[in-house]
Amino acid sequence: MTETTRTPQATVAAKAPRTRESVHHAAALALGDDALVLSHRLGEWAGHAPVLEEDVALANIALDLLGQARVLLSMAGDEDELAYLREERAFRNLQLVEQPNGDFAHTIARQLYFSTYQRLLYAHLATGDGEFAGLAAKAVKEVSYHQDHAEQWTLRLGDGTDVSHERMRRACQALWRFTGEMFQPVEGLDFDGEELRAAWLESVSAVLRRATLDVPEGPQSGGWSAGAGRQGLHTESFGRMLAEMQHLHRSHPGASW
Amino acid sequence: MTTSDWPLWEVFVRSRRGLSHTHAGSLHAPDAELALRNARDLYTRRGEGVSIWVVPSAAVTASSPDEKDPFFEPAADKPYRHPTFYEIPEGVKHL
Repeated sequence: MTETTRTPQATVAAKAPRTRESVHHAAALALGDDALVLSHRLGEWAGHAPVLEEDVALANIALDLLGQARVLLSMAGDEDELAYLREERAFRNLQLVEQPNGDFAHTIARQLYFSTYQRLLYAHLATGDGEFAGLAAKAVKEVSYHQDHAEQWTLRLGDGTDVSHERMRRACQALWRFTGEMFQPVEGLDFDGEELRAAWLESVSAVLRRATLDVPEGPQSGGWSAGAGRQGLHTESFGRMLAEMQHLHRSHPGASW
Repeated sequence: MTTSDWPLWEVFVRSRRGLSHTHAGSLHAPDAELALRNARDLYTRRGEGVSIWVVPSAAVTASSPDEKDPFFEPAADKPYRHPTFYEIPEGVKHL
């Protein structure tokens, strides 16, 4: 096996010239893949959520994210090709968003961590004059609702029964090590990672405290798996998710309703 | 799906300013705040509203179907109660 066939994406990326356009594409891919992958994960709840009303709420959030993903991926190329025909290593999403739904508490913890990050980042991008300002200004209203939804549930599960408290605690702890990746620099996006981390930590800690939960201890990244989604390294369950997401398009290319 | 222990809420949506809230449907939610959010997701996703009320269904006192006749029947044959016997003068606008 040659070096080229082993990591084709990494090789291509390393050799591609760093034009303004390719930098812009890389940023659009990172944000677009976050939205696409999380949208698919939330879509997996359809028909399975604990109650009908929550089924609809999660599907609505998934559709908001899908709308963002379509705009972002279209900025980077052909949206269908990017969503359905890329291999796992070519995806640039955070490892956080690809984590399995787990129980409802895991989904809510993932939502809390990600939507807080996304709201802070998009609010920041919206004030700039970069390529993403327009999209960010529009999306930040949707994302604020996602964050509110996650907060409401974190409060009720954390400060609920013994069982719900314990499940919420476990979920927040389990996903903590995937949060550090959010503050890594993204080429083409102008933000201060440490500033973002501080604001994120303040917001999430306040919610967790109100929910009578401890802010998880331990590193926010590190270990062998956490923290390289933006470089195309993904966790075990991502391949299976991708296979499910892509199989229809791959089996019937160009199929339409 | 186990919503049996969550109370039922009635949802009223005002479609735009100046109109009154209209009953849109009902839903289950553990408390008022979540009922409001569920109502937003269920009934106003396509731009249907500018304001939502949620009311515990238990707080609604309804007329009984058994009392339908004494309640509503007497009004049925009194068309003179409708304001349709006036001639509208010419030149009156906005009526």
